[in-house]
Amino acid sequence: MSVEQVRLEKVGKVFVAGNPPAPLHALGPVDLTLERGEFFAVVGPSGCGKSTLLELIAGLTTPTEGAIAFEGRPIAGEAPEGIGVVFQEDASLPWLDVAGNVAFGLRRLDLPAAERSERVRNALKLVGLSDFATSYPAQLSGGMRQRVCIARTLVMQPRLILLDEPFGALDQQTRLLMGDELLRLWRETGATVFLITHALDEATMLADRIAVMSARPGRLIDFVETRWPRSRDSRIVEHSEFGTITARLWKTLREESLKTIAQAPGSEPAP
Amino acid sequence: MKRLIVYRTLVIGGIVALLEILCVTGVIDKITMQAPHLIVRDLFRMLVSGRMNSAILKTLSNTTIALLLALSIGVVAGALVHRWRALRDTLDPLFATYYAVPVFAFYPFFIVVFGLGDAPQILIAFMLGVVAMIVNTLNGLDRVPPVLVKTARIMRLSPLDTALRVTLPAAGPYIVTGIKLAVAYAFIGVIGSEFIMSRGGIGYEISFAYTSFDNATMYPLIVLILLASVAVNAALTRWEQRLLQRRGMRVSP
Amino acid sequence: MKRWSSARNAFVLIAVLLAIWQALYWWAGEVALASPLATLRYTLRLVATESFDAHLLDTLRAFAIAYALSVLIGLVVGFWLGFDRLSGDALEPMIVAVYAIPKLTLYPILLLAFGLTLSAKVAFGVLHGAIPIILFTLSAVHNTKPILIKTGRVLKLTRFQMVRWILFPAATPEIFTGLRVGFALTLIGSLLAEMFASQRGLGYLLMNGIGLHNVELIMAVTLVIIVFAASVSTLLLYVDHRLHRRG
Repeated sequence: MSVEQVRLEKVGKVFVAGNPPAPLHALGPVDLTLERGEFFAVVGPSGCGKSTLLELIAGLTTPTEGAIAFEGRPIAGEAPEGIGVVFQEDASLPWLDVAGNVAFGLRRLDLPAAERSERVRNALKLVGLSDFATSYPAQLSGGMRQRVCIARTLVMQPRLILLDEPFGALDQQTRLLMGDELLRLWRETGATVFLITHALDEATMLADRIAVMSARPGRLIDFVETRWPRSRDSRIVEHSEFGTITARLWKTLREESLKTIAQAPGSEPAP
Repeated sequence: MKRLIVYRTLVIGGIVALLEILCVTGVIDKITMQAPHLIVRDLFRMLVSGRMNSAILKTLSNTTIALLLALSIGVVAGALVHRWRALRDTLDPLFATYYAVPVFAFYPFFIVVFGLGDAPQILIAFMLGVVAMIVNTLNGLDRVPPVLVKTARIMRLSPLDTALRVTLPAAGPYIVTGIKLAVAYAFIGVIGSEFIMSRGGIGYEISFAYTSFDNATMYPLIVLILLASVAVNAALTRWEQRLLQRRGMRVSP
Repeated sequence: MKRWSSARNAFVLIAVLLAIWQALYWWAGEVALASPLATLRYTLRLVATESFDAHLLDTLRAFAIAYALSVLIGLVVGFWLGFDRLSGDALEPMIVAVYAIPKLTLYPILLLAFGLTLSAKVAFGVLHGAIPIILFTLSAVHNTKPILIKTGRVLKLTRFQMVRWILFPAATPEIFTGLRVGFALTLIGSLLAEMFASQRGLGYLLMNGIGLHNVELIMAVTLVIIVFAASVSTLLLYVDHRLHRRG
């Protein structure tokens, strides 16, 4: 029984940028529905608008056309309750220790102290940072800092988790291991996951459904279903279908990437 | 770390020793300056006798008031200017030119408007300190990583909460730098005003001692101020470094 | 388009300051302030007099020498402390402490040492102006990206070539900011010395005006100083922005 959680209808975003200022058509029109509990990935060339799409769903920016709804309610320029975001840049708060970071968003919820520390402890255990509760982000590696950010998101018990190239700054091996962790967290929390990545193997390995975004202005031009079992991990790369799916993604993506290289940054695409 | 302390001690010790030798041998005559060890003795005597206490108190209290005003108004003004790009671009040349202008020129104006009390001095000191605060607050706010502000929005923090729990701590070390400068400028404002308008306070006492050829009072007072400002600066620097160190940023040992 | 908006901003700033000035004059009266118009008239008359020109020249001469010395000392010491890590790490906090000392308290010592001479003004100006130049230069050298130095080594540059083609261009934006701040501080240092320790120069005229409560004189001299300082500062600021944008 699939329940619709996020719906985008004909969503588009136009920025005003440059000198002299000119309209920049970053995204759209995009139609998309996310089912509750699914793992959805978006791949696309650089600058195609993937991050803009994520920010629209997160309520960080408003669409210039179209409508977005989360759990039936329209998102109106404010982050809806129940959504968590993990960014590519290190968003850990350097002046707080790990426990302080993870507990950061809980203050708003007015929970009793006991429940608050319980949640923090569980979140730290989920991401494997229980031993580092009193360390400061500056003392941790990049991967660990991202785990702090993930724990900080999980502790709020979001129903939808948005990740914008969360492992982009990490080396390949760490990425693969973090991918396994992400799958585990996905299963244990039952949240919907929306992942943006430029790494095809990562998308194929992790997601139930993958969308390919075109060069700017970004539109979703291909949808691929992987039909993997829920209990998968990174060893899914051995599956016979893995190569086929990745190849199909690349076929579409390659064309779009070539178009992107021909584009000057911040201008309309070449006809 | 040890090496640096030794290095610094040698430098300071060397300078003091040099001065001592030059004074004792008469290369620097007694009218210009007495020997360092005599300055220390006079300072000790002066503090013990307590005759400068009211002057010290006056200067310190005026400086503190001016400083508190400069800090509070400076941070708020800095935050406001940071929000509006056009305002900031317009004020930029003002900030760049500000410290070239002798703010003391406003002293007579303040006297006419506010009378002969402490207000003119405090205002001058405030005027000197507030711009340093604003400029450094702007610098600090510039350095807040946008991703942290986005995180605050995702967590649905109110604007006030975001300012207090994210923006302010993120800009913290740089604001402390502003505080250090504001302290220095507040001192300059008060003491300079006391030089101009002889009404009491350490600046007045120094000026009076100078015209009375009273080196035994003048030098200890100067040394006292220097020591006080160095002490405050050192304390603030320790705080600044603690803030930076926790974040793993480069720290001067 | 960009140049229009910055010219417009400057115009707005000046207009607002003039408006505030005029309003303060109306509020506080003749005893406290001279109106912008009266000040302008007085200034034009003043600038035409020979004695004023003598004072102006005195100030400019002292300032020019002080700034030249500040830049020289600032760059030399700054580069030395930048390259010599031990000295740099040891002395930088001390120099920062001197930056934070109310140097005005030292003026009586300066008077005793130099008397009411040109040297006093120059010394005070250099004391104020050299320090930021030292600190910014030091920081610029420290902040040079190691990758640039590696590049220089890979290209087998001599030490002189390294400095000329890599280190200096890379450090220029930050050093220039130091020169800009040093300009303002050298100026105020010389002016303060003239106010408290001289019988000649614009600073002396200012003190004279304050002492006699000659409001027009005070404002006219302040106006001349502001015009000089603002024009040079704005020019330096413009160059500073350009350097940072390309750097």
